[in-house]
Amino acid sequence: MVNRMPHNEDGTGGNHIYMPWTKDNKKLDFPRGYHIEVGGGFDAPSYGFMGGIQRYPNAGGYGKSLKDDYRRYFGASVGFAGRGEMIPSDDCYCELDPKVVDKYGIPVLRFHWKWSDHEINQAKHMQETFRSIVAEMGGEVFSPMPTRERDYGLAAGGTIIHELGATRMGNDPTKSVLNKNCQAHDVKNLFVADGGPFVSQADKNPTWTILALAWRTSDYITQQRKAGAL
Amino acid sequence: MSDDKNNGMSRRDALKLLGAVPLTGALHWTPEAISRATHVLQQDDAEAPKVRPKFFTAHEDATVRILVDLIIPRDERSGSATDARVPEFMDYMLGEATEMNRVEMRGGLAWLDTECRTRFNANFVNCTDAQRRQLLDDISWPEKARPEMSHGVAFFNSFRDFTASGFFSSQMGWKDVRYIGNVFNPNWNGCPTEVLHQLGVSYDS
Repeated sequence: MVNRMPHNEDGTGGNHIYMPWTKDNKKLDFPRGYHIEVGGGFDAPSYGFMGGIQRYPNAGGYGKSLKDDYRRYFGASVGFAGRGEMIPSDDCYCELDPKVVDKYGIPVLRFHWKWSDHEINQAKHMQETFRSIVAEMGGEVFSPMPTRERDYGLAAGGTIIHELGATRMGNDPTKSVLNKNCQAHDVKNLFVADGGPFVSQADKNPTWTILALAWRTSDYITQQRKAGAL
Repeated sequence: MSDDKNNGMSRRDALKLLGAVPLTGALHWTPEAISRATHVLQQDDAEAPKVRPKFFTAHEDATVRILVDLIIPRDERSGSATDARVPEFMDYMLGEATEMNRVEMRGGLAWLDTECRTRFNANFVNCTDAQRRQLLDDISWPEKARPEMSHGVAFFNSFRDFTASGFFSSQMGWKDVRYIGNVFNPNWNGCPTEVLHQLGVSYDS
């Protein structure tokens, strides 16, 4: 990869190449799994080109040698990103704020949220896996393993934004907002057809599941309407 | 500009020569010819109406021009950061849109001057090349840098990234790293044989 002969192609790329989860996680210290997204290649040099060059092996400084570093390493790096499933946690919930209202006088939502050991252990597993893949490929890892104090590189909550849940579905009205047809337990003619009904934060991008659930909800509404129940 | 000053090389010749370099691998051109060509272009730029910096003060602009060329100098393959108008790019980015923090930039340049005055009794622009390099040697290698250089190191990391962004996103930079993508290729036969050979792989095995 280093010093590769240039030709008319952009190299590896496509950040949404998925490496799906295939492991049995019964013996691991976290539930569910994660997928891996891979990036790299000769993308058109643009803003942010090879940022952090000082992290590349024996690269940095300034002048002619630095210019050669950029040339040598252009297109020679492969990056990995992990996206893991987060199962529901009692520490993550929203409630009506006891003091703050919006401009209509309606109490606003207040959110409580934090990572559990599950996600932190999962991030550690990701880091170890990515590093072993690079080693197997004959590559050189050039970012240090993040420490436990830095949650093994786990991004701050809300950074990777696929907002899901908060009006989750379930059979028990004391533990869920919606029933299995995404209909509110408390208000019969209220349906939620977005990411709200999700019961966990899956590792996959949610759009297709949102569409599928909305479709099913639409069928249910049609059927109930025809039966005169709505 | 008269061609006599540049050994008969016109702007058109210079552009042609520099434009051809990445494709021919500089086989037909000596480093002297390339240096002369970039010099021609720079002179021509100097005569073009200058864009007055909006963000940088005149002193900061002078500092930046020296610093970016220390980071990305002219060499046998391409011109320098100022040849690619990196200072103008930075000024635009800082004045019109914000990427690198404005305070980080202004404060970093001021740090550079302060450090130079402490060491050499002169601002960065008035230091000798050797003095400037002595300072850069101390802040451009984060792992070797002394702890008291941490502010300079942080500034230089960002500034170096910013310089590379400006240089390599320019036409000169694309040619320098031999970026070919987005060019119509009517005869795609897979990865070229010589590239497969270099990588030690083949379509047969």
